[in-house]
Amino acid sequence: MDLQNVWTIASKDLGIFLKKKSILYSTILFPLIAAIGLPLVVEFAGQAVGGIPATALPGVIDAFLFFFIIGAASLPVGIASYSLVGEKVEKSLEPLLSTPMTDGEILLGKSIAAFLLPLLAIYAGATIFAAFIDAITRGQLGYFYFPNASMAVILFVVVPLVCLLSVEVLILVSARANDVRAAQQFGGVLVFPFVVIYVAGEIGIINLNTTNLLLISAAILAIDILLFFLSRGTFQREEILTKWK
Amino acid sequence: MIDAENLTRKFDNLTAVDNLTLHIDEGEVFGFLGPNGAGKTTTVRMLCCLIGKTSGTAKVGGYEIGNAADIQKIRKIIGLLPENVGLYEDMSAYKNLDFYGKIYKLTETQRRERIERFLRMLGLWEKQDQPAGSFSKGMKQKLAIARALIHDPKVLFLDEPTANLDPEASKTVRDFILELKKEKHTIFLNTHLLDEAERICDRVGILKTKLLAVDTPERLRQSLWGTKTVIQLESVNDAVVAAVKKLGSWQTEVTGNKLIVSVSNPEHHIPDIVDAVGKAGGRVQSVTQITPTLEDVYLKLVRS
Repeated sequence: MDLQNVWTIASKDLGIFLKKKSILYSTILFPLIAAIGLPLVVEFAGQAVGGIPATALPGVIDAFLFFFIIGAASLPVGIASYSLVGEKVEKSLEPLLSTPMTDGEILLGKSIAAFLLPLLAIYAGATIFAAFIDAITRGQLGYFYFPNASMAVILFVVVPLVCLLSVEVLILVSARANDVRAAQQFGGVLVFPFVVIYVAGEIGIINLNTTNLLLISAAILAIDILLFFLSRGTFQREEILTKWK
Repeated sequence: MIDAENLTRKFDNLTAVDNLTLHIDEGEVFGFLGPNGAGKTTTVRMLCCLIGKTSGTAKVGGYEIGNAADIQKIRKIIGLLPENVGLYEDMSAYKNLDFYGKIYKLTETQRRERIERFLRMLGLWEKQDQPAGSFSKGMKQKLAIARALIHDPKVLFLDEPTANLDPEASKTVRDFILELKKEKHTIFLNTHLLDEAERICDRVGILKTKLLAVDTPERLRQSLWGTKTVIQLESVNDAVVAAVKKLGSWQTEVTGNKLIVSVSNPEHHIPDIVDAVGKAGGRVQSVTQITPTLEDVYLKLVRS
């Protein structure tokens, strides 16, 4: 595999994403709202009864950190659907496929572009979120809550794996979707399992501690590997030109 | 440069291309004619290694399609203008070409020089920074041809390059193809514009799943009925027709006061024919020649 080719594709796609305001705004908006809104909830929730008690604060903050996983599931959907279905709709795949690039290089380049932008947006949002939370809770807790192991697992293990999952699902969806919005709607379904996990954590069915997060990561990794092979099978010149609808 | 031997492609029960045997020389401009669904695009896709073949063999530039070791080599020496131009509409004209230049591993200097050359040749240099999406159809088509040429391919596949273009844009594209012909590029041109094929191509092939005919436009026309000579008379009678038939075993037909004679060498035979008609009592008003057009050939072959 020629990594220079991979980067040529990725940088071209990134350049296009950055020009599309709808993609740019939708990528930035969610992490920004989470980064600013969630610390405000921590600051102002339960004001009438003296705010959130110090003992409950870690649980609340960890639960909020899960929002970045939900973001990782949803943000690549818009970008990956544009990268693949958009290119299919604009009929720009055929000339690209006639070049010496391999299917794997094209697929990896597109995946990196669709993966990188949401990942960076989530990291930026999470950094702002952590800074605000530390500023707000330092007095009550007596220490800086972030960085911690839970944050490291979420940001450096779960979030990338979920981003990858989202991209791979979109590659499979691209073979059947005829327009970008249809692909986005279908890909949007991917958010639900993570919302369910979040709710299950909130109502005490599962404990979203570091160990369980690593177990969830292992499961996502297994799905990622499976989807990788499926998407490789889908993203082949002949398939794209003769079977993609 | 291109050699196909019994090349066949089937999609489930449908045969798109059936036993295509074809040889195209280096520097030749070859026109591939056929109705919609005749298998022209499928043939180009097979030759460009975009889709596989069902059976048969084909070589492009000496490399065999379907052979894993040769596929990348073929892709390096070909340029493709597909039926849908497929430009990146949000990217500028310059960046569209630059992107493809990078794919073909051209250096920055090579990319800059070639992009400037093509954009100037096609009259797009002043619009190099404008997004391709803002271009007219003709400009997009020209830009897409430049994209297919950016790496100086040995073989250029053009799939309906002037389809949906206005006459002026079509002419610009045609003139550009003629320029490329001078530079000895081998060009495989899919078209259903017979006039275009006749003007540009050294040889044409007529495809309707099977290859029905392949030759120079001139020879294909001759193959249909040669040249017909139309002799307009004051009146035609049996004596006149008999006198003409006595001169040679030519096909003759009478339409009104016109005597139509199919002769292979009209310059040689017409004086004798006119003389014989006069001696048989016919009064000749005019003599004209009609030659079959490529369209006549095409329609006869495609409808048969």
